[in-house]
Amino acid sequence: MTFLLDAWYNFDPFDELYEWLQDTAGSTELVYVVSAVLGATAILTFVGLGALANVWLERRIIGRIQVRRGPNRVGLWGLLQPVADAIKLIQKEVLQPRASDGALFNLPPILVFIPAMLTFAVFAWAPDLVYADLNVGVLYLLALSSVTSLAIFIAGWSSNNKYALLGAMRVIAMAISYEIPMVLALLAPVIVAGTMNIPGIVDWQRQYDVWLAFLLPLPVFIYAISATAELNRTPADIAEAESEIIAGFHTEYSGMKFGLFYAVELINSLAVSGIIASLFFGGYSLYGLDEYIPPWIIFIGKIYFFYFGLIWLRGTWPRLRVDQLMAFSWKMLIPLALINVVLVATEVLLWRELELGDWFLAVIAAVNIVLAFLLLNLFFRILTSSYYRLPRRVRLVGEVSVPSLPAPGPVAPS
Amino acid sequence: MQNGKGAPEHGAQQHARLSVCLRCGEGRGVVVDDTAVVVAFYVLAVLTLGSALMVSLVRDLIHAVLFLILSFVGVAGLYITLSADFVAVVQVLIYAGAISVLMLFAILLTPRSARDNSAVSYRAPISIVAGLVGAVIIFVGLKTDWATVSEEDRFPQTAAEIGKALLDPYVLPFEVASVLLVIAMVGAIILVRPGSEER
Repeated sequence: MTFLLDAWYNFDPFDELYEWLQDTAGSTELVYVVSAVLGATAILTFVGLGALANVWLERRIIGRIQVRRGPNRVGLWGLLQPVADAIKLIQKEVLQPRASDGALFNLPPILVFIPAMLTFAVFAWAPDLVYADLNVGVLYLLALSSVTSLAIFIAGWSSNNKYALLGAMRVIAMAISYEIPMVLALLAPVIVAGTMNIPGIVDWQRQYDVWLAFLLPLPVFIYAISATAELNRTPADIAEAESEIIAGFHTEYSGMKFGLFYAVELINSLAVSGIIASLFFGGYSLYGLDEYIPPWIIFIGKIYFFYFGLIWLRGTWPRLRVDQLMAFSWKMLIPLALINVVLVATEVLLWRELELGDWFLAVIAAVNIVLAFLLLNLFFRILTSSYYRLPRRVRLVGEVSVPSLPAPGPVAPS
Repeated sequence: MQNGKGAPEHGAQQHARLSVCLRCGEGRGVVVDDTAVVVAFYVLAVLTLGSALMVSLVRDLIHAVLFLILSFVGVAGLYITLSADFVAVVQVLIYAGAISVLMLFAILLTPRSARDNSAVSYRAPISIVAGLVGAVIIFVGLKTDWATVSEEDRFPQTAAEIGKALLDPYVLPFEVASVLLVIAMVGAIILVRPGSEER
C-alpha cells in the first residue's frame, strides 16, 4: 500500500502490479481481468461520488445565482444534504400504479444508468490511461446518448399515465430532432483529427498545440446546445416540464426510483462536460501544464468547469416551449451544422492535399471564428424577423370545424 | 511523478477488437481468449434469437418493439465478437437508437394498435413463408465455404476501411442510396404539407 501513500496521484505502480501478476500467474488473462475490475471500480467511484457532489453543487450554485442560500443546514455548508436526500428517498414508500406495465415499469431506472456509466469508459484520463480504447469512440458516445432516450420513453409509456406518456412522446420527438445536429457537430472534430478514437483526438490537439474549439467554434456551440437538450436540463427539460405535465416521464416514480432518474441526469451532465472537454478543449492536456499537474486532475477540472457552465445555464434560463425547441433544432442548428460540415471538410481537404503546414491551421481558425460569428448573427436575424416570428397560416385554434349539434326538434310541451 | 509520456499513436495500430485495459500503450492491450469469444457468441445468439422469438409471441405491440430492440443489441454484440466495431456501434446507433424510436413513434400515433394485437389472419401462410426463408438461410449457411480470417489478417481499423470502400469502389450505390433517401424525404414533406388534401 506504499504506492498509495507516496504518490496518490500516480498510476505507474499499477504497472509493477500487472508485471508481478503476469509473472506469478503466467497468463495475460488475469492481468486483463484485474485491470478491467480496477478500472471499472475507479470509474464507478468517480461517478458515484460525482453524483453525490453534484447534488450539493447544483443546489448551492443555483441558490447563489438566484440570490438565495441553498441547502446550508445539514453539516458544514450543507455538505451532508445529498446524504440526507438519499436517506429520505430510500426510506420512502415505493408506489406502483396498478395499471402500470409491471416489469417494464421497474426496468427504466436501471436501464438509464447503463449508458450513463458506459460513457465514461472511452474518456482519456491521461496518456495511456483509457479504460476502453475504442477506434469508434465518437460514434460509441452518440449511440449511447440515443439509447438513453429509449429508456426514458419506456418509463413514460409503462406508467400508464397521460402526463407520463406526453413526457415520453416529447423525449422521442426531441431525440429525433437533436440527434441530427449532434452527429453533424461531432463530425467536425473527427474530420479534422482524422480519427474517431477519443485518445487520438486528444493527441491530435496535443501534437498541434491547439484546442479544436478554436478551429471549430460553431460545432462547440451546436454540440453544447443539442447536448443540453438531450440531457433534459432546464432550458430544454420539456420532457418533465413541471408547469405543464406534472413531472413528465417520472410522474409515477417514487422513492429511490425517482432518485435514480435524478442521479442519472447529474451523471449525464458530467459525461457531456467530459465529451466537450476531450473533443474540443484538449482533454487532459493544458498547454504544457500537464507536465506538472497529473493529467487526470486537469481532465476532472475541465469536466467540472463545463459542468459549472451547465449549472449556470440551468440557473438563469427559462424553459423553452416544445415547438420553440423543435423549431430551433430544425431551422437553426441543422442548417448551421450542415454548412459547417461542408466548410470544415473543404478546409481540411485543402490543408491535407496541398500540404500547407501548420500555419494554415491559424488561417482555418480565423476564417471559422469570423464565419461562426457572421452565420450565427445571420440566423438569429432571420429567425427573429417578423417573417418567421408571426404565423403565416391560420392557427388550428378555431379552425377545426366542430360538428354542430342536431337542431332541437319541437319540444312537446309538457 | 508523471504517468509516462504516452506514445501518440494510441489505437491507430491497435486491433479493432475491444481492448479493455488500464494502460493501452506498449502492446498491453490484452486480446480476449478464444473460449471467452465462443461463450460470448452463444450467450449473444441465445439473446438475439430468444428476443426475436418473443417479438412474434408477445401480444402487446410495444413489448414486441422493445424485444426487437433487444434483438438488435444482441446482433451488435455478435458484430463485436467478429471484430467489426464500426458496424456494431452503427447497429446500436441506427437500429436500437433511431429506427426503433421511429417505430415507437408510429405506434404511439396509432393508439388502437398499441394493445392486444392477438387477432392475426393469414397465420398459416405466414408461418410457411417464414419457415421457407429460415430453411434457405440455414441451407446457405451450411453449404457456403466460409473463408476464415487468421489472427494477423484481422482488419486493423474497420471504420477507415469502410469509409474508403464507400467512397472509392462503391461510390455509385452509396450515392444512389442517398438519392433514394432524399426522394423519401421529399415525399414525406409533400404528404404532410398543409392544405394538400384540399387541392
